[in-house]
Amino acid sequence: MATCKYDWPPEGERELIGKRIERLDGPEKSSGRAQYTYDTNPPGRLIAKLCSCPHAHAKVTSLDISAAQKLPGVKAILVVHPVGDEIQWAGDEVAVVAATTEEIAEDAVRLIKVEYEQLPHLVREEDLKAAEAAGRTKDGGEQTAGDPAKAFEDPDTVVSEGFYGLPVITHCCLESHGNVVEWPDAKSVRIWSSTQNVSGGPGQLGQGLRLKKVDVEDNNIETICNYIGGGFGSKFSPDRWGIEAAQLSKMAGAPVRLMLDRNTELEMAGARPSAYAKVRVAARKDGTLTAWDSDSWGTGGPGPAGHPPLPYVIEPPNRHWKHTAVLTNIGEARAWRAPNHPQGCLITMAALDDLAHKLQMDPIELLQKNVNLAPEVLRKPYSEELVKAAELADWKKNWHPRGDKTSGPIKRGMGVSLHTWGGRGHNSTCNVMIRPDGSVSVQLGSQDLGTGTRTVIAITVAETLGLPIDAVKVEIGTSKYPPSGASGGSTTVGGVSNSTRRGAIDARDELFAAVAPSLGVQPADLEARNGKIQAKSDASKSLTWKQACAKLGVKTIQATGKNPGPCHLGDSGVGGVQIADVSVDIETGRVKINRIIAAQDCGLIIDVKTAESQVFGALIMGVCYALFEQKVMDETLGVMLNPNMEFYKLATIGDIGEFVVHMMTGPGYDERGVIGLGEPPVVSPGAAISNAVANAIGVRVPTLPLTPDKVLAALEKGAMA
Amino acid sequence: MRRKKDRPRKAGPEKSALTRRDFLKGAGVTVSGGLLVGSTAAGAAPPGPEAGFVGPGAVPVTLRVNGKVHKMNLEPRVTLLDALRDRLFITGSKKVCDRATCGSCTVMIDRKPVYACTVLAIEAEGHNITTIEGLAAEGKLTPVMEAFVNHDAQQCGFCTPGFVMACTAYLEREKNPTMEEMEKNLGGNICRCGTYWGIRHAVVEAANGMKGGAHGNM
Repeated sequence: MATCKYDWPPEGERELIGKRIERLDGPEKSSGRAQYTYDTNPPGRLIAKLCSCPHAHAKVTSLDISAAQKLPGVKAILVVHPVGDEIQWAGDEVAVVAATTEEIAEDAVRLIKVEYEQLPHLVREEDLKAAEAAGRTKDGGEQTAGDPAKAFEDPDTVVSEGFYGLPVITHCCLESHGNVVEWPDAKSVRIWSSTQNVSGGPGQLGQGLRLKKVDVEDNNIETICNYIGGGFGSKFSPDRWGIEAAQLSKMAGAPVRLMLDRNTELEMAGARPSAYAKVRVAARKDGTLTAWDSDSWGTGGPGPAGHPPLPYVIEPPNRHWKHTAVLTNIGEARAWRAPNHPQGCLITMAALDDLAHKLQMDPIELLQKNVNLAPEVLRKPYSEELVKAAELADWKKNWHPRGDKTSGPIKRGMGVSLHTWGGRGHNSTCNVMIRPDGSVSVQLGSQDLGTGTRTVIAITVAETLGLPIDAVKVEIGTSKYPPSGASGGSTTVGGVSNSTRRGAIDARDELFAAVAPSLGVQPADLEARNGKIQAKSDASKSLTWKQACAKLGVKTIQATGKNPGPCHLGDSGVGGVQIADVSVDIETGRVKINRIIAAQDCGLIIDVKTAESQVFGALIMGVCYALFEQKVMDETLGVMLNPNMEFYKLATIGDIGEFVVHMMTGPGYDERGVIGLGEPPVVSPGAAISNAVANAIGVRVPTLPLTPDKVLAALEKGAMA
Repeated sequence: MRRKKDRPRKAGPEKSALTRRDFLKGAGVTVSGGLLVGSTAAGAAPPGPEAGFVGPGAVPVTLRVNGKVHKMNLEPRVTLLDALRDRLFITGSKKVCDRATCGSCTVMIDRKPVYACTVLAIEAEGHNITTIEGLAAEGKLTPVMEAFVNHDAQQCGFCTPGFVMACTAYLEREKNPTMEEMEKNLGGNICRCGTYWGIRHAVVEAANGMKGGAHGNM
């Protein structure tokens, strides 16, 4: 690594990288000063509300906005779906109203008269035969490798069969989707967006507006997002309601705020596709996996939404998968943290766990035995992580074969799972500036979702320039800065750390060139360390940072850093292993999390503190979808029954249990450079918890969430079997 | 929480249908203080015929927020949260569930925590309202806020002000909390990013810090 101009400092020379550093915007957030899109109130801003369709599938037959238009305080009404338009899911907006207050906007929405012709709908997909009968299925792909039919017939193998699944869940961002839009002049738009994609915002809004015959150039649009209240993959664009807000703003001649209500947020601002699968998996008696066969289906709304990767990570030589997409009227699917991986993971890891039980094998032994069926780059990490997680869980002492045989109604069990994700850094451009007064700033059109992006950027630049972290001003959150990628797929930390490292090295080298003559040394002999510029060969030849920058005279150094770029600063492909320890009350069916252990790698970690927070957060989100979350749809009415936060269940602080998080660092990991971490740790919790429950009660609860009714049903079925 | 008697009666609105919001937010207008029962209604008069009703048009409302008096005209159905956020632009309290489930809108009324989304602004007249901005006066962080920073008890930060308010109110009335009690008391606040682990540790530090470093039960 040392031979290339752009590198990461070796372990012994890092002052900030790899340490535990508090997030820079912590005080802003904990004091309530952080300003989100929802908090933005340009003078005279109007509030917009949606007139939503109550039916899952319908055609607009009449629409009358005249009464609403007459209501004092109403400033603009936009018809989104005119008569004749077909609506594909309940909640979709037929019209949008902007008024001086929220209450008036709500009154106006109620005065809009819409009539519909209801059309046949499908909102549930668990029953594939019913979906097929309704003609609502589509081929979702099929693949075969080796000769699975022959492998399953081999008399020396043990075959396990099972059914597994996960329902549709929502993103439930606490800051609902939305935007605040104003036209500072007839040609320019300023949009505060709750978005994961600041730099991409102007292009998306511009294109959307031009499609609506609103004339605007992308370079006259500024997207701003200083803080975002959760996205998780559902906020990559201003959305159609952002375009509608811009249209309303133009019509009304005033800024417009359009944030979704909680119910519409849950109905249509993002759903994670479901997945259900019938699986057969075979292994020789020593545990060597030989064959996989899965027939899966799921829904991502009206369009196909990809398929879960099956089998997940561990690929037996003979395998076949087939997927069917069920097209439903439930609102569109959106990327949900690690798209398709939690589904692939639950189905695969549960099937392997059931196979281990049939083989009378310890499931960790089964995974270790088959680690060589994982992609090569992950084999060593998985092996080490299985050992580390088992050690932290005291697995050998605490694990027992399936079914807790102790007396009493509380049964305890443990389960294991492993996962992967790519996480290569996205395209990112930054400007690093060193001014003659010694001040340092870095600008890029990125965003901090709460993952610690600001902090990572500051650490990278400060480390490179030998400065304390608070000497670096990080400027992100507007599309006026150099473009940086959207924050999705764990690509941000790699993108911004690599671009800012390259930019900061170039800026530092320019400073070296400027001050070397006055120190009587070659620029290559200089280093930036502890707030000084000094000669490596003679530490007495040194300048303080301020003295060095003063040598710039009136010139500000501005260096552009990019990713991708020369030299190896990052990589793709991480692994992780999780072990869950649960207690199940077999009288009530209630599952309690005792502990979850996570061993996770992600290459070189810039900030251990915020990295660990990502893992803790992922485990908690995992507990949510393993035990509580489901978008409950009613087939008769076609609507979501729980579009609110009392019945769309999330874990509270007392539901989560204890956690042990171990980040794999040091030789073998650090030299891979920076790799993303947002997605991977959220993949395994569902599988690990499901396996732990099976281990506790002796039977598989086939689908998430593991609610008491399902646990009791599985126990009853198990007792009858 | 008694409504002022001298408010003029006004004709009802012409509405196409009674909605949940009308019902919920209207109920508080005639049932004096009803929505605050159990949280801040200590000493409030029971509803009686003399309470009459106010609105539905805008009425003058005076709110005392973080020690400062604000006068405005509001329809009686306007919630305290909407009055704070959309009329006074005091935006630290967040609007998330809008029906008393998630706690993101938590403020204190007379130092007791309430969900501002389910209190009408007119019900809060005559009381001392404290928002997160009122805790961090002059930009100085409180011990609870500092503990949240130290333990990284925040990610996107949207639930954080509500959690800080709930924690502050809880630790003001409970000096020696156990972990179990703390979890019950903060069970009315929901985080989506998954910061509960950091919050647990932050509460322990803040509880100890607020007692001057003595060890609590956690």
